[in-house]
Amino acid sequence: MTSTASPGLRRTARLLGLASTGLGVAMLRDPEGVARVAGVDDSDTAVPVITVVGARELVHAAGLLAGRPGWAWTRVAGDAMDLIAMGRALADRRGDRYRRLRTATVAVGVLALVDLGTALRSSRSRDEGPATDLPPTAPWKRAIAVSAATTVNKPPAEVYRYWRNLENLPTFMAHVREIRTPDGGRRSHWVAEAPGRRTVEWDAEVVEDRPDRLIRWRSTGDADIENTGSVEFVAAPGGRGTEVRVHLAYAQPAGRLGKVVATLFGEDPGQQVRDDLSRFKQVLETGQVVRSEGSPEGPFARRLLTQRPAHPRP
Amino acid sequence: MLANQWMGKEDLEVNEVPDPRILNDRDAIVRITSTAICGSDLHLYDGYIPTMRKGDILGHEFMGEVVEVGKGVGNLRAGDRVVVPFTISCGACLSCSRELFSLCENSNPNHRIAEKVMGHSPAGLFGYSHMMGGYPGGQAQYARVPFADVGPIKIEDGLPDEQVLFLSDIFPTGYMGAEMCDIQPGDVVAVWGAGPVGQFAIASAKMLGAERVIAIDRFGYRLDKARQAGATDVLDYEEVTVLEALQELTAGRGPDACIDAVGMEAHSAIGPLHAYDRAKQATRLETERPHALREAIMACRNGGTVSIIGVYGGLMDKFPIGSLMNRSLTVRTGQTHMQRYMRPLLDRIRNGDIDPSFVVSHTMPLTEAPEGFRMFRDKQDECNKIVLKP
Repeated sequence: MTSTASPGLRRTARLLGLASTGLGVAMLRDPEGVARVAGVDDSDTAVPVITVVGARELVHAAGLLAGRPGWAWTRVAGDAMDLIAMGRALADRRGDRYRRLRTATVAVGVLALVDLGTALRSSRSRDEGPATDLPPTAPWKRAIAVSAATTVNKPPAEVYRYWRNLENLPTFMAHVREIRTPDGGRRSHWVAEAPGRRTVEWDAEVVEDRPDRLIRWRSTGDADIENTGSVEFVAAPGGRGTEVRVHLAYAQPAGRLGKVVATLFGEDPGQQVRDDLSRFKQVLETGQVVRSEGSPEGPFARRLLTQRPAHPRP
Repeated sequence: MLANQWMGKEDLEVNEVPDPRILNDRDAIVRITSTAICGSDLHLYDGYIPTMRKGDILGHEFMGEVVEVGKGVGNLRAGDRVVVPFTISCGACLSCSRELFSLCENSNPNHRIAEKVMGHSPAGLFGYSHMMGGYPGGQAQYARVPFADVGPIKIEDGLPDEQVLFLSDIFPTGYMGAEMCDIQPGDVVAVWGAGPVGQFAIASAKMLGAERVIAIDRFGYRLDKARQAGATDVLDYEEVTVLEALQELTAGRGPDACIDAVGMEAHSAIGPLHAYDRAKQATRLETERPHALREAIMACRNGGTVSIIGVYGGLMDKFPIGSLMNRSLTVRTGQTHMQRYMRPLLDRIRNGDIDPSFVVSHTMPLTEAPEGFRMFRDKQDECNKIVLKP
């Protein structure tokens, strides 16, 4: 599950996209007219510059109308270029042309503020993630929250029992190297792989344990990655096994560790959890992670892009 | 070992590659004694199935002798003679426990790719692209067989390879195509495509009690094989208008069931229509050339059944949904649920109900696989079915 922009933000972005379309079309169809309105019709370079700017406006429009508020940043960059060019032109103009250019510059300035506001909002909405998906034990404002589900063809008690023995988890969690449970299961120590052959470690405790139903846990103390999560086991209807639903949240501290968390889970953190659950299902149903020569790790997001040829390896 | 590798579109090479080894406890390694080229291999050869990689070993119809088993395989031992089904099934997921073996939920480690194309993923297949698991195929001297405790069937009597090899795919596939027609006394079944799968569908439709079976193809030698398999009538679609001929043969009712044993690379006698689909397929605007399927739907009697066993990969155009919906047709389809059929069909071979070796037209060494693919694709030398000997 990944975050999405709010409807209000998308609406503003669309309006900016429409504005870009209008400006772009006008500039491409009648650059001389636009030059007259802006008071720069005395310049030899005005028409080619306006034509290029018109084409650029259509690029902004394409991104914004495709529902990507982040493209407002391209408009911000464009506004900066335009305002610099107009400011220079303003210095050489007098009289009626000066007044027309000044009006145009103020209009661009106002639009630039709207663009900047939209761009900043789009970036913020990306950072925060879907706060509503955070499990109730998550104490942070900025986090990566993911959830995933699978159905396992075994009764809830058996599925719960396998998961509750936390030392089993590295069997199907690709990035978790080892889990130790010194006191028999409430506390655990996790060692996970991080990029650059480094490892990250944390202690965790089970904060809620309802046999055959639910396990909820969170990291404790000075964790390299603060995290919390839950896994729920519900009998699927009509003897279809057990629905397993996982919710995870990772604190996303600013700076170095924030980056570690982000790269640890790749571009789509949900993908990694879904892959873990695929392997979980395989292990419970078939007793093993299913490997092929093309995908020797079993289901694994990164491997999908770098498949090995399907022939044996020495 | 030697293996037939896909190096690109219409480019195969038989090369030395490392021997397979056990990766999972439930694997077996099989030394292959016979392997065949399937019509669906031609879709790979012609470059129509996405997610192939240079070096992939082809082949999904094979049999041989077990040489090694993982410690999770209790039912097989080194020395056992086995036929391996082309689908890989775990035997434990909900689909497998409902005998929908080709929908195994665990055997495709690359299910994410298939989900992008199809919504959900079917089972992993041997030698049939990375979307279907990235498993090496059986056109080789050895193969690793995952879930060997669920898939392979032991051949304990002295039946020759040629009689049991086709239990690996095309006999069960043709049989399931006929079984899905739910044949009732008096039924007329029409089969598009008189290749080996169509020939087994024809033979199976007869076995299941069809009154008449009509074969449709454009190659005389294939229509002859169809007659040999049990077809009561044959239609050459380059000679007759199929819809009219079927109306004529069924006195206006249309066949009760229509089997599409052609799939995505169909030909049409109607030049402009063929050119249209060919062009769209070449530019990847559709993945299929579904002439046979369109015709099967239009031909089927009101309330009849269309059974699709020809392979399709993605999306098609000009699908006659109006005909399908308004005339209460039933569509049944699927990759073959192999483990459901292998045992009963082996019994039919033993009883002498059928001798599947009738489809074989050529036997050649594995090293000649690239030449075999060319012959088979271009229908040279009345090529019907090629068995390769590693």
